[in-house]
Order: sequence, then C-alpha cells, then structure tokens
Amino acid sequence: MANMSPNKTPIPEQEPNVRNKNFKEVSLGYTLEQALQEAERCLNCKNPLCVQGCPVNVPIPQFISKIKEGDMLGAYNILSAANALPAVSGRVCPQENQCEGKCIRGIKCDSVGIGRLERFVADWALENNVSNTEVAPSNGHKVAVVGSGPAGLTCAGELARKGYKVTVFEAFHVAGGVLSYGIPEFRLPKDIVQHEVDNLIKMGVDIELNMVIGKVLSIDEIFEMGYEAVFIGSGAGLPMFMKIPGESLVGVFSANEYLTRINLMKAYRDDSTTPIMKSKVVAVVGGGNVAMDAARCAKRLGAEVHIIYRRGEEELPARREEVHHAKEEGIIFDLLTNPLSIEGDEKGRVSKINLIKMELGEPDASGRRRPVAIEGSEYSVDVDTVIMALGTSPNPLIKSTTPGLDTNKKGCIVTGEDGTTSRDGIFAGGDASTGAATVILAMGAGKHAAASIDEYIKNKSK
Amino acid sequence: MPKKYEILKKRELSPDTTLISVYAPLIAKKAKAGQFIILRVDENGERIPLTISSCTEDAVTVIFQKVGATTMQLGLLNEGDCLHDFVGPLGVPTEVEGYKKVVVVGGGLGCAIALPVAKALHEAGAEVDLVAGFKTKDIIILEDEMKEACTNLYICTDDGSYGFAGFTTAKLEELVKEGGYDGAFAIGPLVMMKFCCQVTKKYNVPTVVSMNPIMIDGTGMCGGCRITVGGETKFACVDGPDFDGFQVDFDEAIARAATYKEFEGKKKEEHICRLRGAK
Repeated sequence: MANMSPNKTPIPEQEPNVRNKNFKEVSLGYTLEQALQEAERCLNCKNPLCVQGCPVNVPIPQFISKIKEGDMLGAYNILSAANALPAVSGRVCPQENQCEGKCIRGIKCDSVGIGRLERFVADWALENNVSNTEVAPSNGHKVAVVGSGPAGLTCAGELARKGYKVTVFEAFHVAGGVLSYGIPEFRLPKDIVQHEVDNLIKMGVDIELNMVIGKVLSIDEIFEMGYEAVFIGSGAGLPMFMKIPGESLVGVFSANEYLTRINLMKAYRDDSTTPIMKSKVVAVVGGGNVAMDAARCAKRLGAEVHIIYRRGEEELPARREEVHHAKEEGIIFDLLTNPLSIEGDEKGRVSKINLIKMELGEPDASGRRRPVAIEGSEYSVDVDTVIMALGTSPNPLIKSTTPGLDTNKKGCIVTGEDGTTSRDGIFAGGDASTGAATVILAMGAGKHAAASIDEYIKNKSK
Repeated sequence: MPKKYEILKKRELSPDTTLISVYAPLIAKKAKAGQFIILRVDENGERIPLTISSCTEDAVTVIFQKVGATTMQLGLLNEGDCLHDFVGPLGVPTEVEGYKKVVVVGGGLGCAIALPVAKALHEAGAEVDLVAGFKTKDIIILEDEMKEACTNLYICTDDGSYGFAGFTTAKLEELVKEGGYDGAFAIGPLVMMKFCCQVTKKYNVPTVVSMNPIMIDGTGMCGGCRITVGGETKFACVDGPDFDGFQVDFDEAIARAATYKEFEGKKKEEHICRLRGAK
C-alpha cells in the first residue's frame, strides 16, 4: 500500500546556526527507514512523467521499486546504468524543475523526493563499496575528452562502458571541473566527486591533469596522436563583470575566484597555503546558484553577507532549496537593488558599495519583467568585499586554436542535438555549447554526445 | 627516463635566487619567450605562476626568488625531486618580430625573464641593448648569459658596487635620449616598470611591459589577475602577460599586488618556524 502522506519525508539537516560556521555537508541524507518511507510514496506510474523530466532519463519508478523491495544493489544497478554520477546529481540537480516537477503527486501535494532517494542509493553504494564499473571488451578505438566536469566525465563513462579507450584532459590539478572548483564542500563533498572520478579510472579511463588544451596541445594535435573523435566539455569558465566604477579595487572578486580559492584550494582551512580575504561585510551581486554558494561560503568564513539582486524573490534564478538554505543561514537578501559603483579607501581597498532601488517594468526579450531604476533611491552600504556572481561564458582558448570550429556570438560552440559541431569528429556539450547551465544538463549532453561518437566511429570503420 | 615534473637541474644563482629545470617535454616543445607556467610544490600547495626562462628539448627552466613560503619550500627541493604539478605554457608569447633596435630593461629577478625576451628579439634580427638592474653586486645573476643574448649589456647597481651606478631608469633615459630605438621592453618590479614607461613616453618609444599579478588558474577563469589597460579590464593570464606600458594602470596593479601581503607574511613566518623546529 502506497504511503499517501501529502508531504515529502523530511531530510535531516545540520542546524542552520551550526552549519553556517562549518563546511560540512548541510543535508545529512535519508536513513534506511526514511528512504523506505519516501519510496512508498511513489505510485509507480505506468506512464512515468518523471523520466521524461530527467535529462539522462533515469528509469525512476524502477529504481524506487527496488528500494521498496529493500534491494539497494538492484536500485543502484538501475540508477548507475543510466546516470554516471548519481551521488552528484542526487545532491545538486534542480529536481523541482525536472523529475519532481513532473511527478503526478506534485499536482496536489509534495512530489516524491526523487533526488533524495537517488542520493540515498548512491551513498549506500559508496558506503558498501559497490560500484558499477563493468565495461565491454576493448574495441580498439581511442576517444579524447577535453574537460573533466559533469559533461566530460559522463561522456567518458558512457564511452568506456562501450569498450572505447578514453583519455580525459583536465586543465586543473584536480578532476571534476565545476564539481571541484565551483560547488562548495557543504553542498557536494569533494570525496564524493573523487569517488565518482575513481570509478571512471576503474573503468579504464585515463585522466591527464594539468593539460590546458589550446596551449600545450591543440585539438588537431590530439587527432594526430591517434584519437578518432574529440568531445569538448570545457565548460563556461570566463567570469563576467558589471563594468561599473571600482571593480578593480582590492576586495572585488569574481565568484569563480572566490569559490576556487575556497573549494579547489581549500582556503577555508587553516593549513591552506592559498589565501582568502577575511571579510567583515560582503556584498554578493547576483541571484543564481553561484551567488548563493559564494554568499554561504562568505558567511561560513564569518562575514555579514548581503545578496544584491536587481529583480525580486520570484525571479531569483537559484534553486528554491538554495535560497531557503541561504536565508536560514542568515544571508540578507537585498532584492530589487542594483549596484552603481564601488568605492575604495586610500589603499585601494573596497570601502562601500553604492546601490539603487529597482522596480519591475514590462517583460523583456527573455520574458522576465525588466528591472528599472527608481530615480532618487540611491543609497550606499559599507562593505569590505564585493563578489560578482553575474554568470560566466565559455573560455575562448579552444575556439581560437581550432580552425573551422564554429561558435556563436557568445562564444558557445555551435552543436547539433547530437553534439556534433562544424568539424568532423569533434563533438561538444555542456556549458561549452550552451553557456552556463546546470550539472545535469551537462551530463545529459555528455551522454548524448557519447552515443553520437559511438555511431560516428562505427560508421567510419565500416 | 626522467619522471614527470622531475627537477633535472638546480643551480643557485645568488643567495636567494635559484634556477631549476623541470622535465616537461610537451610544454618545452611549445613554450615561447614571454610565456609562463604554474606549479605546485606538493599536494596541498599553492598555485604559483613563474615565467619561463628557457627550454631544452624536454625541460623547462624557471628562475625564482625565495621570498615567500611557497618559493622557500620550492628552494628546498633538489635534483631528482619532483614537483606535484606543472602546467603551461600559459599566456601569449612576446611579439618579437619587426623591430630594428630595441632596449630591454630587466630589474632584479625580472632579468631572468628579460633574458629570453632579449634573446628572442636578437634572434629575430633586432639590435638589442639590455639594461639589467640589481640592488648590489652580490646578487647579480646570469651576467654571461645576458651578455651573449644582446648587442650591448649595461649592468646597473643601485649602490654603485658594479657597472652603472644608479637605477635602470637613469641608464634607460641616457640611452633613449640618444634615439634610434623603435621599441622598449620593461620587465621587473611594478614600480620599476611604471617609471621606465615614464621615461620612454617622454621620448615616444613604444614600451611593452610584462605583468605578473596574483592568479590562480592562469586560463582566464578566476579573473584575479585583471588589470586596467587603456580603461579596459584585461586578464593578464590570457590577454597578456605583455601589455602596452603606456596604457597600464600601474597604481591599481600595485594596490592589487598587495592584496594578501599580511597572509603571505604570516605563512612565511610559519614556514621559517617549521624549518627551525625541524632542525
């Protein structure tokens, strides 16, 4: 008999006033009892809409049925066959817009906690040292993947399973891309990312660190080395600034820099050799997930933190859960507010930010209501740090060194639905082709591109 | 065969300046004058950028000054030891084509970078005057190598203990006043580059400077290395490190370079304490 409770089984979390002082994971994950209870809320629909909502099409009712039976290994095998990084997506997917957004139970009450169950199964596998690393016998073909973020790792995993010899080139000294440098430890512990990377290594994937493609090797040189196809999953790493006065003052950071110092270089730890500014009052400009991550990091380092966002609460692009968590942790939201300039002291260090109040006018091209400044509403706040979380665009390094690879106005690699590009044998996906988006969309793109690469190489060798 | 990122050669150039050659064949094959690498000493190490001094077929040579915790730790490694990470070549190579007569100014450790630039300019057919400045005679590095790389070498010491007595800017002014230069390059401390540009501007000699700001990734991702050039924001790691010296906002760059001064001082103290404790 299904559990007809209208509410999702709550998930244990660290207390807001405790967790906003440490970098340990916020959400503690379901216990077995809680997972069983939540699994029973799934109605096992004949025509499961949730699966359509999933960019990697995880057979959701099937893996949840296995949980109900208490067969966690069975659940993990179903899940991991469709999703190369379940412990990651179970934590960072915007489920409310995807699987859970389509869940039939969500119409009248809470949808099934699919993300929480996915995480439970993935963590169970981790704790019990279970992995799904079986691969087909080698087919003798070599494929290169550029970038070890969610798109690259997924593409590499899919191809390795089919018997390809895959080499992943990563520019940083750690694999994982945005999972390592961007998303903080308290949302996605780095051990979990490393575990998923280790699973790929077990599947025979080579990961070459410290390789900046476009500098040390060009894509064409990779082909010369005998790779038959190249997947570009180099992400969107280039930070944007507002072009307002004062952005080069000491104490203004891109969210990328701030987060990379903290997450990749562990600057929050006392023994770190990489410095981070010890801020008193921080203004984070932007309303997306990256802004929330930066704000919550700054809070954990002891600062008073303001989110400055030019639209209203409804329009915040961040996941609802992230906004909720940030508020619980004491982040102050200054909504309908836009920065005009940043001022500094005699040493060139940030001393205040000048702001203006906004109101929402007519919808713009994106369909969202355009924020308009309210004349005469200027005011300023004393801050010592400003973090710009305005979005990112793809790095031009690969484009500028790969003749014939088409990109659009924004520098994104132009791809077909199947990940093909303007160059034969070159495929792309994730933020490198879409611009900054989500982990799961990148994983979806990596998965589809892997299927196209497989087809491309099979056709070529006929 | 050498191991990945193995130190093949180490040479002390002066009491606080060290040269190492690191086994990195792919980088060595690609690197050009003016480019840099980023290295980490150990698995918890900071990422530090160092400009490439020269390359052999399979090794990259960098020269560093033991001024902070990381460079002091790097100085403790010996031939046969391996670095944890070594990535490059990063940045845009120095444009060396098309000059007839240039003056290259190196200040202190900057001479280690001025050397390959002077050499590349010389090989590209330019007459090269190299002005190399040091505080005092004891810390002069690479004198023979510099002599070979240029047409005329002018060594300056601040205290007058060797060569020209005075700052590089004074020697520079003496030279450019004579005329005949179609380009100048200044590589060294920010303050020196700033004042070199003031001199060359007076005589209208286009001047390229090599910026070395704080950075993490070196690929355009963090934006920490941004500098203002002609009113526009540029990233030194991907747009540079070379820029038009007349356009660079040096005062801003000087303030930004001091962002973590306190932290760096503390880490250096800790490092020295650990060394003492270990003895």
